Amino acid sequence: MLRWLLGAGREPPGLAEKSPFQSVGEEQTQNPYTELLVLRAHRDIVRFLVQLDDYRFASAGDDGTVIVWNAQTGEKLLELSGHTQKITAVSTFPCLASCAEQRPLLLTASADRTVVVWDSDTGRLVERLSYFQSTVKCLMVLPRLGVWLSGGDELCVWSRKLDLLCKAAQLSDAGITALAEIPKNCVVAAAGKELNASFVSGSHIGELIVWSALDWTMQASEWNFWDPSPQQDTQQEIKLCQKPNDISIHHFTCDEENVFAAVGRGLYVYNLPTKRLTACHKAAHDSSVLHIAKLPNRQLLSCSEDGSVRIWELRERQQLTADPVPTGFFNMWGFGRVNKQASQPVKKQQEVTTSCSLELIGDLIGHSSSVEMFLYFEDHGLVTCSADHLIILWKNGERESELRSLKLFQKLEEDGDLSHTAL
Amino acid sequence: MISAPDVVAYTKEDGYEEEPYHEPALPEEYSVPLYPFASQEAHPWSKLSGAKFSRDFILISEFSEQVGPQPLLTIPNDARVFGTFDLNYFSLRIMSVDYQASFVGHPPGSAYPKLNFVEDSKVVLGDSKEGAFAYVHHLTLYDLEARGFVRPFCMAYISADQHKIMQQFQELSAEFSRASECLKTGNRKAFATELEKKLRDLDYTRTVLHTETEIQKKANDRGFYSSQAIEKANELASVEKSIIEHQDLLRQIRSYPHRKLKGTGASAPGETERGQDEAEQHATAAPHTHVDADADTQPAADPELYACRPAYTPKLIKAKSTKCFDKKLKTLEELCDTEYFTQTLAQLSHIEHMFRGDLCYLLTSQIDRALLRQQHVTSFLFEDLVEVSDKVLEKQESLPSQTSQDRPPARAPEECRVPQVLVSASSYKSSVEAVPIRMEQDLGDEEDKEAEAPESGSFDRQEHLDYLDMDMKGSISSGESIEVLGTERSACLLSKSDSQASLTVPLSPQVVRSKAVSHRTISEDSIEVLGTCPSEALIPDDFKASYPSAINEEETCADSEGAIHFQAGPSPSELAEAGEEDDEEGVRRGLDQTPSHIDASCCIGKESSAQLPPLPAVAHSLSDEDGVVSVCPQPLRHMEQACHMDLATENASPSLRDNSSEGFPVYELDPNHLLASRDTSKNSLDSCSDTHSYVGSIASTSSDRTPTSAQPPGPSSERHKKKAGQNALKFIRQYPFAHPAIYSLLSGRTLVVLGEDEAIVRKLVTALSIFVPNYSRHAKPVKHWVAPPLHITDFQKWKLIGLQRLASPAGAGTLHALSRYSRYTSILDLDNKTLRCPLYRGALVPRLADHRTQIKRGSTYALHVQSVLTQLCAKAFLYTFCHHLHLPAHDQETEELVASRRANFLRLNLGLVNEDVRVVQYLAELLRLHYLQECPGNSPPRLRSDYVPSFLYKI
Repeated sequence: MLRWLLGAGREPPGLAEKSPFQSVGEEQTQNPYTELLVLRAHRDIVRFLVQLDDYRFASAGDDGTVIVWNAQTGEKLLELSGHTQKITAVSTFPCLASCAEQRPLLLTASADRTVVVWDSDTGRLVERLSYFQSTVKCLMVLPRLGVWLSGGDELCVWSRKLDLLCKAAQLSDAGITALAEIPKNCVVAAAGKELNASFVSGSHIGELIVWSALDWTMQASEWNFWDPSPQQDTQQEIKLCQKPNDISIHHFTCDEENVFAAVGRGLYVYNLPTKRLTACHKAAHDSSVLHIAKLPNRQLLSCSEDGSVRIWELRERQQLTADPVPTGFFNMWGFGRVNKQASQPVKKQQEVTTSCSLELIGDLIGHSSSVEMFLYFEDHGLVTCSADHLIILWKNGERESELRSLKLFQKLEEDGDLSHTAL
Repeated sequence: MISAPDVVAYTKEDGYEEEPYHEPALPEEYSVPLYPFASQEAHPWSKLSGAKFSRDFILISEFSEQVGPQPLLTIPNDARVFGTFDLNYFSLRIMSVDYQASFVGHPPGSAYPKLNFVEDSKVVLGDSKEGAFAYVHHLTLYDLEARGFVRPFCMAYISADQHKIMQQFQELSAEFSRASECLKTGNRKAFATELEKKLRDLDYTRTVLHTETEIQKKANDRGFYSSQAIEKANELASVEKSIIEHQDLLRQIRSYPHRKLKGTGASAPGETERGQDEAEQHATAAPHTHVDADADTQPAADPELYACRPAYTPKLIKAKSTKCFDKKLKTLEELCDTEYFTQTLAQLSHIEHMFRGDLCYLLTSQIDRALLRQQHVTSFLFEDLVEVSDKVLEKQESLPSQTSQDRPPARAPEECRVPQVLVSASSYKSSVEAVPIRMEQDLGDEEDKEAEAPESGSFDRQEHLDYLDMDMKGSISSGESIEVLGTERSACLLSKSDSQASLTVPLSPQVVRSKAVSHRTISEDSIEVLGTCPSEALIPDDFKASYPSAINEEETCADSEGAIHFQAGPSPSELAEAGEEDDEEGVRRGLDQTPSHIDASCCIGKESSAQLPPLPAVAHSLSDEDGVVSVCPQPLRHMEQACHMDLATENASPSLRDNSSEGFPVYELDPNHLLASRDTSKNSLDSCSDTHSYVGSIASTSSDRTPTSAQPPGPSSERHKKKAGQNALKFIRQYPFAHPAIYSLLSGRTLVVLGEDEAIVRKLVTALSIFVPNYSRHAKPVKHWVAPPLHITDFQKWKLIGLQRLASPAGAGTLHALSRYSRYTSILDLDNKTLRCPLYRGALVPRLADHRTQIKRGSTYALHVQSVLTQLCAKAFLYTFCHHLHLPAHDQETEELVASRRANFLRLNLGLVNEDVRVVQYLAELLRLHYLQECPGNSPPRLRSDYVPSFLYKI
C-alpha cells in the first residue's frame, strides 16, 4: 500500500488546457444531474424535441419518425411514422382549456413536402397536408388565435381545422427559415439569404433589430424582435461583417429581463430594460452552441456541437464599474464597427462593462456527437437529443432515489407485503 | 416406509471408522483426487464400509418371468463404479421384497381381464455382507406379452452410506418418483400402441376369417355346415372375443390417469362444476380446443388412424397364439417409448449427480439453499444464478397451488372425453356400408357430445361407458365387410403410410407436420376431407411419437397432483407456461383441457415445438399449415386453431429469448434443455471462459443485447468460482490499487479493464466479476471483451468491461473517448499497470480484499467474498427497507431531518465510513429497482455518476 503513488492529484484535463474554452473539473457539486437514461429508438439524427405536457415529449429527426416518450420513466409511448423523409419542423397545438373536445395536436413538417397533423394522445394521423410546393422549414402555432403558420418558400396560415386562411408566396429565394411571434398579432419571418428581414405583417414600432447570420454565407440575415420597453430606441442597424462562424446566432431565448443569445461558440446575455450586455462568454463551448435555455433558478443551459451540455449560472459581479454603454449592446460583441481587430481591446471593454458573469457549474457528457436540442422539464429533469441517434434523459439522482424509495414503500403497503420482505 | 430388518440389525465391529470416504464437493471429472489412491482403496478409510463399489450408483433390475431377478443397467454405466459388487445377488435381494400384491388377469365375475394400476413402493434395504445400502423403488410396467400383462421392475440407489440413504429418503423418493412416473407414462403409451397394433391384427384376422366363412357358406348352401366351417366360426368367435378384451384393455390403459386421479379423490365436485364451465367455454368460445379434443380422441381408435399409422401392416394372428416361454421378452427400452426412456435415464443420471458426494456435503448445500431462500430479496445481487434458479423452481412449484384453480378443469373434460374414445371405438366396429355417413355421424356425434358435455358433465361416467359398451357390442355383431373401409381410405392413405414409413426414427416435428400437411392438400376434396380433417389428430400423433420432450405430457397431471416435475431445473416450457400464465389463458386452457392422457402430448408438444430454436421456421411452417388447414370445411375451428398456435408461438418466442438470457442450468442429458438453451450455454461459455478459448465471442455486435452473461450451471460454476477466486486473490496481491478498483465495482461505477492481450483481460474480468452486483437474477452486467469504441449505453449496461487496446492511431481515439466519459468509469490499464478512479478510504473493501490475507485457495477466497458480500447485502437490505429512514415520521418533519437520520443510520448503525456509504446506497438502489420492477431484468438501471474527482494510481 505504501507503494501507492497518488498520481498528480486531479488529473489535468488535457483537452481543457489546450483549448481556450473553459472547462469544469470532475467535481461538480452543483450539478444535479447524476442519473441518466439513454433512450434509443431513432435511426438517424434526432433534431427536435417538443414538450407535449407535464410528462410527455416528442422527438423527431432525420429518420422521419416521431416518437412520443414518457419523460419520467423513459418509456416509449408512441411511434408515429408517416413521413418518408427527414422532419424539418415540429410544433404542438395544445388544446385550449375552453374547448375540451379538442384534442391536442402535433404538427410535423418534413422534407417530403408534407405537413402531418397527429393526435398526440393516440398517435393517430389526423391529416396529411401535401399541398406544399416546397419543404416547410418552420412551423409556428398561435394557440391564442387558433391558427398555425407554415413557412417555406411561401408562408401559409392555417386554421386549427386545417383550412388554409391565407398565403404569402415568394418571399425570397431561400425561403423562410424561422418564424417568431411578436405581440399585436404580428409575426416575424426570417428568410434565408435576405439581408433585410421580411415582415409578413405588422408594424414594428420601437423595435430592436438583431442581426444574425442564419446561414453560412458571408451575408447575414436579420431578425427583428420586439422590445418590450416602449419606443425608446429608434431603429439601429448594424452591419455584421464578420466571419460567420464566429458570429452566427444559432439560437436565442428571452425572459422578461434578458435576452440570451447563442452566438457562435459563445453565450451572450443582454438586459432589455437597460439595453446592456450584462454577461457574455465568448468561448462557452468547444464548438457552435446550438440551443440555449434559461432555467428558473438563474441558470442557463446550453448545448453544442461538441456533444456536451453545460450548465451556467448567472452571477452578479461584485464590482460594478462601468456605466451603461450608450451605443447599444451590439458593440460589445466585438463585431460591427470594430471589424477585424476584434479581440483584445473589445474584450477588455467587455470585462469592464459586463455586470454579471456566467459561471460554469457543470456539464453533461453523454452524447458522442453534437447535441441538437434539449428540453427542460421542471419535474423530470432534462432531455437532450443528438446526432448520435440517442436521446438522453438526465435526472436528479438524489431525487429519483427518494422517489423510488417512496414508491417502494407504497408498493410494500399495497401488497401488504411487509411480512414478505421480512422473510 | 418398509425397512429391511437387516438395516436395523446391521452393525460393524469397528464403529469409529464408519464414515466412508468420499470425494468432497467437486464433481469427479474436474477434481484432482486429494488422495491419489482413493479409487484403489489404498487409504486407511477406504476399507471401512466394506463396500465393493467406489461410489454411489443407480441400479435398475427386473424380476424376469423367465430368468428371475436380473440387473438391467447401472447409472453411471461404468463397470469401475460398481467394481466387484455382485449386481445379480443384489438384484435378487432388492427384488425379493414382496410388494406385488396386485392381481392382474381375469378377476372373478369380470368378463375381461383387468389391469391393475399399482402404486410404486419405496423401500430401504441394507446388506451387511456387501456393505451396501439401497433405496429401492419398485414399479410395474405393462407388457402385452408378459404374464398378467405386468413386469415388475425396480430402481435402486445404492450407497455405502446408510445415513445418506436414510436422511435423504424424502429427496430420493421424490426424485425417483419422477423417474418412475416418466417411465410409466412412456410405458402406458407404448402399451397402448401395442394394443392398437394387436387390435388391428385381430381385426384383420377377423376379416379374413369372415370372408372364408362366407366363401364356405356360399360353397355349401345346402343348409349344413362342414366341421371346417364350424371350426372357422369358432375361431371367428374367439377372435371377436379377443378383440373385445383388447379393446377393454385399451380403454383401461387410456383411462389410467383419470382413474388415478379419481383414486386420490382429487376431483372435488366443485372442480367438476368448473370443469363444466370450462367445457362450456370450450364449446362456445374456444373451438380450437375442440380440435385438440379431437386430436386427443380420434387417434385413439378411429379406424382411419390405423390405416394411417405408418409402418404397420396388419398380420394374421394364428389362433393358437399363446404366451410361450421361449419368446424373447421386450427390453426396457422397448417397453416404453424411446423418448421417455431417454428422459428417464436423464432423470436418473441427474439423481446420480444430485446425490453424489458425502452426506455432509449434501446436507450443507441443502442448508445453504434453504438459507438462500430466506434472502430472496437481496440474493440476486451477488449470489450465483444457479442457486437462484432453484428458487425459481421453488416458485414454480408453488405456482400450481395458485393455478390449480385453473388446472382442475384439466380433469373435467376428460369426463366428456372418455365417452368419445368409446364412440370412436364403436365407429371402428361400425358396419361398413355406411362408412362415409357413419363418419359424418361420428363427427357430428362428437360435436354433439362436446356440446352436450357441459350439461351432462356430472352424469355418471360409468353409466355412460356401459351404454357405449352396449353400443359397441351392437356394432360388433353387425360387423360386416370392414374391407370397404380399408379400400376406401387406402387410396389416399397408402401414399401417406409409404412416405411415413421411412420416418420411423424420431423426426423433428416440423418435418412430420409439413409432410402431413402436404398430404392433406392432396386429399382435400369432398368426403376425403371430411375424413382427414378431423384426423388433424394424426399430426400430433406422429408428433407424439417423435417429439423428444413428449415427457411433458405428464406434466399437467403431475402438476395437478402437486408433486411431480420431471426436470430438475425448470424446463423452458414450464417457464414459458409460468410466464404466459396470464396472457395465455386461452392456450393454457387448451393445455389443461387436454389432460395428462397420452394425447395431451400432442398439444403440449405443439406448444413446445414452438420453442425449438429455429423459431422463425417453426412459426412459418405453422402458419403455413394453418393456411392449408383453413381450406378444410371447418374453417371456424381451424381458424381458431390458427390463433391458438400463433399465440403459442408468439408467446413462446419471448420466453425463449428470456430463457436464453436467464442462464438456467443446462442438464446435458435433457434434450429439451439442450435445444432450448443452446443460446444459454453459449452465453455462459462466453461469460465464464476465463481462458482464451472463446475468442469469437458475441462481442462487439451485441451492444444491443441485454446483459447475457449467465453463470455456468451446476457443478462447473463451482469450478469457475474457484478459478475466479484464485485470480481475484492474485489480483489483490499483485495490484496495490485493488481496493479502489473493487470499490468502483461495488459502487456501480463501470470499471474498464484495458489491455492488449485478450486472455489476460478476460481472466481479470472473470476474476473481478465476483464483486459486481447484478441488476437482476438473469444476468451479470459484465462484458468480457469488447473492441472500442465504447458508447454511453455500454456504461449503462455493463459494469465491468474488458476493453481491447488497439494500436495507434485508433488507440488514441479510444483513450480520448474514455477520457471523455471518464466521469462514468474507472479505468484499469493492464499494460501500464495504472488505475484511474475515485479515491477510496472506506473500511469495507480492505476486509473484502486484504492483500495480506492468509487465504490461499481460490474456493476459500470465493467463500470469504461471498460471506462478506452477504453481510453487505444485509446492510443494504436494512437500509432499503427501514421505513423511518426514508419517510418522515410525522408531518412536520423536514426532508433534511430524514436525510440526516439516514446518514446517521449508515454511519452509526451500519458502521460505514466514508465511501462505504456509497456502496450501500448503490446496492439499496438496485434492491429498490428490483423490487419495483414487475418483471425485473429487462432494463438496466439508469447510469449514475457522482461528480467526484478521479485519481491516477500507479504501481
